[in-house]
Amino acid sequence: MATDTVDQKHTDVSTENGSWEGGAYPFKVGYGKLMIWYFLLSDAFTFAGFLIAYGTLRFSTPTWPVPDFVYSLFPFMSGHHPLLFVSFMTFVLLFSSFTMIRAVQEGHRENRKGIVIWMFLTILGGLGFLGCQAWEWTTLIAREHMSVTTNPFGAHTEGGIYLGADGKQSEESFTAHTSYIIHHIDFNATHEEGAPEAGAEHEGHAYAAPGDYPDALVDERGYVHRKYIVADGENAGKIMYEKFGPKAFGALFFFITGFHGFHVFSGVLFLLTILVNVIGGVYVARHNGNEMVEKIGLYWHFVDLVWVFVFLLFYLL
Amino acid sequence: MSHDYQGAKKIALKTIIILAVVTVVEVMIALTGKGYVIQGYHAPKLLMNSLMIGMSLYKAYLIVFEFMHMKYEAKGLRMSVLLPVCLLIWAVIAFLYEGNAWKHNRQVVLDRNKIELTQTPAKTN
Repeated sequence: MATDTVDQKHTDVSTENGSWEGGAYPFKVGYGKLMIWYFLLSDAFTFAGFLIAYGTLRFSTPTWPVPDFVYSLFPFMSGHHPLLFVSFMTFVLLFSSFTMIRAVQEGHRENRKGIVIWMFLTILGGLGFLGCQAWEWTTLIAREHMSVTTNPFGAHTEGGIYLGADGKQSEESFTAHTSYIIHHIDFNATHEEGAPEAGAEHEGHAYAAPGDYPDALVDERGYVHRKYIVADGENAGKIMYEKFGPKAFGALFFFITGFHGFHVFSGVLFLLTILVNVIGGVYVARHNGNEMVEKIGLYWHFVDLVWVFVFLLFYLL
Repeated sequence: MSHDYQGAKKIALKTIIILAVVTVVEVMIALTGKGYVIQGYHAPKLLMNSLMIGMSLYKAYLIVFEFMHMKYEAKGLRMSVLLPVCLLIWAVIAFLYEGNAWKHNRQVVLDRNKIELTQTPAKTN
């Protein structure tokens, strides 16, 4: 009889809230959605690790390339347009986030046509962002000759006056914290090809070979380090030449924006796959408000979230 | 359901407009701080940077709570995702302090090298 009561109690509990029967969702979301949240949490830690490394290295060097000087070119336009192009990129990604949430909302009310239209726009936004990034990387690599280990962007730590072609002081002077770019010349190029690139500030004369010239030091790889006479500070009166900027800059930039770009790229692939499945009606049978669209939506918003911080740390501060 | 849908649509539109406006303001702040907007006027760096960091955190809040729908999830889910992120607060403080210490140590070495160079000839004399 005693055993009967225990059994009775046990049955009562299990039928009351069904905790042992399965089918109950902890946190009131499906398994997949819960897991994508935890995946995104771990991914957030990965990105945070990279960005904190960036902050640490930036704090450890006396100067750092000034973003509105580094990112100041715009396709088909000449001159300096600080931050214009990266702001444009940011808007492309931001609006693709908006089209994504519209797709998720259409998914909740099982409107297949709506999902397809908004997801398609999201894919276009993602591809647009990747295109912008391709242009940005190409400009930095091919035009400004930045690489993972060579950073031509520097900033002066003291004021000074540049030397002219005759080795005497020229009229061109600068103050501390002024940014500069170390130009690169290709010794093998013909005269036309070796002409100063767009955005070049110092056109100077062409140097035929590496060497120590009166106004500049041209190194083996063709980087032109301009000479100047220091005007203030403890080195006043000394002749110095422009050195490469902090070495870590290129590696951090290409690695972090590359890792983010790879997230966007894989996001576009996932979006395409799910779009094809939506068109094929794969999710209709599941009757769960197109949860798959919601999951890729979470991923896509996360990519936008990371860009908020990449944008802040690389371009704004 | 359809009322719900209309409401959600409105919230999404409102959120994206706020995000866009905040981004534009951030870029304006960055350019003001570097002396582009008002010719030659460099706004205080500390103020400008804290403003931009604050606004970026606000953008992150909007994306997570509205776009990613975190505001409407169960409390347990919200806590299990957001609380671990708090660990990063210490990581940021500790590593930036470390970076600053590297800079300081490097300067100490440079200064010491200078002293030794000026002292060596004195010894030989």
